[in-house]
Amino acid sequence: MTDILQKIPEPGDVDQAMTDEKKIISIDDVSIHYGAFKAVQNVSLDIAQNKVTAFIGPSGCGKSTVLRSINRMNDLIPSASITGKIFFDGHDMYESSVDPVLVRREIGMVFQKPNPFPKSIYENIAWGARIHGFRGDMDELVETSLRQAALWDEVKDKLKQSGLSLSGGQQQRLCIARTIAVEPKIILMDEPASALDPIATGRIEELILELKEDYTIIIVTHNMGQASRVSDYTAFFMVDENRSGYLQEFNITEHLFLNPKHRRTEEYISGKFG
Amino acid sequence: MDITTHFPTGKIAHERAMRRKRIGYVWQILFIFATVIAILFLAILLVSIIDSVFGYAVMADTLPVPTLIEGRESLDELTRPELESLLKENLSRGMLRKVTYDKALEDRDGNDLKALVEQYVIQPQVLRTWGLWASLTEQEEIRKFAEEHPGSYIMFRNWMTPSFIIAAQSSNPLIAGIRTAFLGSMWVLLVTFLFSFPFGIGAALYLEEYARKTRLTKIMQLNIFNLSAIPSIIYGLLGLAFFVRVLEPFTSGAVFTAGEAAVANGRTILSGGLTLGLLVLPIIIINTQEAIKAVPDSLRQSSFGLGATKWQTIWHHVLPASIGRILTGAILAMSRALGETAPLVVIGASTFISVDPTGVFSKFTTLPIQIYQWSARPQGAYRNIAAAAIISLLVLLLVVNSSAIIMRDRITKKKRLER
Amino acid sequence: MKSIQTHPFNKKLRIHEAFIEGALFLFALLSIAITVSIVVILLRESLLFFESDEVTISGFLFGTKWQPMIGYFGILPLLNATLMTSLIAMIVALPLGLAVGIYLSEYADEQLKSVVKPVLEVLAGIPSIVYGYFALTFMTPLLRSLFGDDVVQMYNMMSAGIVMGILILPLVATMAEDAIAAVPVELRLASYALGATTLETSIKVVVPAALSGLSATFLLGLSRAIGETMIVALAAGAGPKLTFNFFEGAETITGYIVRISGGDVSYNSVDYTSIFALGLILFLMTFTLNMISREISARYQTEYE
Repeated sequence: MTDILQKIPEPGDVDQAMTDEKKIISIDDVSIHYGAFKAVQNVSLDIAQNKVTAFIGPSGCGKSTVLRSINRMNDLIPSASITGKIFFDGHDMYESSVDPVLVRREIGMVFQKPNPFPKSIYENIAWGARIHGFRGDMDELVETSLRQAALWDEVKDKLKQSGLSLSGGQQQRLCIARTIAVEPKIILMDEPASALDPIATGRIEELILELKEDYTIIIVTHNMGQASRVSDYTAFFMVDENRSGYLQEFNITEHLFLNPKHRRTEEYISGKFG
Repeated sequence: MDITTHFPTGKIAHERAMRRKRIGYVWQILFIFATVIAILFLAILLVSIIDSVFGYAVMADTLPVPTLIEGRESLDELTRPELESLLKENLSRGMLRKVTYDKALEDRDGNDLKALVEQYVIQPQVLRTWGLWASLTEQEEIRKFAEEHPGSYIMFRNWMTPSFIIAAQSSNPLIAGIRTAFLGSMWVLLVTFLFSFPFGIGAALYLEEYARKTRLTKIMQLNIFNLSAIPSIIYGLLGLAFFVRVLEPFTSGAVFTAGEAAVANGRTILSGGLTLGLLVLPIIIINTQEAIKAVPDSLRQSSFGLGATKWQTIWHHVLPASIGRILTGAILAMSRALGETAPLVVIGASTFISVDPTGVFSKFTTLPIQIYQWSARPQGAYRNIAAAAIISLLVLLLVVNSSAIIMRDRITKKKRLER
Repeated sequence: MKSIQTHPFNKKLRIHEAFIEGALFLFALLSIAITVSIVVILLRESLLFFESDEVTISGFLFGTKWQPMIGYFGILPLLNATLMTSLIAMIVALPLGLAVGIYLSEYADEQLKSVVKPVLEVLAGIPSIVYGYFALTFMTPLLRSLFGDDVVQMYNMMSAGIVMGILILPLVATMAEDAIAAVPVELRLASYALGATTLETSIKVVVPAALSGLSATFLLGLSRAIGETMIVALAAGAGPKLTFNFFEGAETITGYIVRISGGDVSYNSVDYTSIFALGLILFLMTFTLNMISREISARYQTEYE
């Protein structure tokens, strides 16, 4: 175990563990700029299918930026630019012929602050499906999505009520149901429980564990307990002296937490800095 | 994951996405189109007004030069003695006396005499006018029209000349000018400002700095909003019934100049200014409130922390910090008052007045009202001078608004340097 | 011997502070006085109006002829012209204003906004009399050449209505833009994240969410159109006429008030009191619209808190 800070994770345990896994996302030497400012530099990592991968790290380390680049949400920021490649199922996502609109159906996103539409609960879920040309029984889709999001029992009698009438935790599960309704392969979650109380947080964590059977989940969190409870793999991001983020370490969650390879990782995990 | 999906996949999905994108582009073009139309409206508006300011006019002289003096065709050929004698022969006694009273004929220069002869003796009439575009494209028709009227001649006129601006109101469109109306506007504006500015700022200061969140305060706020949104003509009705009628002794000046009450009535600049003052008052209040709200609370806190009283804090800290925005807003409110027509017509601004206003108790007319009267008359030349008057008004408004913006920029720059 | 304990922090009675506060309070009270005066005057003269022999309330409200010379005081011709011109104005201003508002809020970049917004401000600053002139000298001849001299009269409601629409367009566009921009960005993010296009996000998520603000815009624009005077005074016609043909001329409530008061009117005549009765109707209509609009705005602001 060396004390020298290294910017690129070393080959080792990770590759071993991941050889059996299907890599659904490959992030290959990706750097992201906001105008002239280098927000994230040279990130390379793979995401395993049907597993939960957590991005952890101090604030400003670029974990949300990297997350947003996976479903091309950074496109909405005019000054953002990206180099490197991101592969989804073998396809280069930033190739010029790729349509972000279609990408976002396959890769969904849940935000930090629950943001249901000011429509009925039913409509919140049906809307996304409808714009993508859903053919089939909408009622069934709404029910299935709400069941998968562990919300059905609580709202089945009030589907016509506004989504905003639910509690914070319920709203977030509604947002998850809405994301699931368009049948994505991957769900990105940007600190999904940080605006919720501990009980609601617990329910979201349970939900994540259930969802990973059908979906691949990448979750950004600043809560390390959550990361260790919920994720199979963890990527630890750090920020350098230029406030530029980079990937410090990436490993199977247990290994990263119990046996961190780098000093910085160990310091972060033991709470020496935020 | 190979469950059957209900969503279109592969090629169909792509086509669907393409179609949604295309629909998006079509609507985006519609939105851009709407924006372009808005800009186009402004352009068309300005162009059509400018178009009326220049153009051909077919004119005929009431007493053409050849009928006055044998052998002469045009005014320029007349000699000085001939001009003087024409005036003495053709003007009425009263008119001649008036003209010589202003300046004796002998003292006037040649051009002056020619202008007098033209105005009082020859008396050209305008038969019909054309705008700039029509002057360029309908030359055949213009020529035909002139031919149909023997003795007429075609002249290219620019209706907006310096003499237009300084001439007084007149029933003859050829010599009418906007001086009377302009002065009326300025006097009314003065009264409006003197009335609405202190009351507006005072009310805003009360609402922002002193008032507690009581029911009365909420009602006041709601009321001010309503006042800012009611039609301006209602203020005219208020002014008519109150300032012109009820307060007639004051607004006509009779109280102050007892004895001259012969023609005095309340339809004076004072009434007009007070009416418009009420109209712009809510605007000034709302704007000043915004300016005061923008002053950071930390400024007040530090003042109070040093033991200053409320008024000291307001006078020494809050007002200086917000005065830039307050003044800008007040000037913009004045520019709104400059353009108002309906309330002043209702309170009875004069339909025809050629005497310059001399004080707040004078009868008056304003630039917008002048435009209204000239626009309403279908005879050719009135349209043209109305257009010229509109350009004058727009230029005036531009000057006022620009000075407001320049002042705001100057004050904010000064503040930034003080930091 | 002092009976009152004195210490350095005794409260002083600052008379001039109290005086200033009192004076400023009176200034603020002036605003209420204005409204009260308006209401009192309108009511008083209207009362005189209805007391005169030739006038009955039902005749006023439901009469279809307004010809004071022969004793007819039915408001319907004037009201009809007001509503018809306002309708045309809204048809012009609402779709265009909404489209401009959506474009400025959801699509346009800073450079474009810096061009369009000043244009809207300039349009908003042009006095209505200039629009009136424009209606008379440009719009009416244009309509007449498009539809024929025999179809479109010299003074007609269509011309005045269209130009009135141009007049209120800047107001509608700016208010619409504000209402749409006020929708929280999180809603847009959620929509984009689901894979919606900009159009779908704007029209299906953002605009419905801004509906209350847009309703307030609509009501305020309508109120403005109803109260507009100079455009209709110059271009819509100078005689009350009950007609549903937009190309005919008909005088509106405001046009009538301005025509009568601009002439010679003696204070004790029924003509004089009639303009106040009409003013009362005008005030009630615009007051109601303004209040509903304000209520809607206030309500939607709390929804997102």
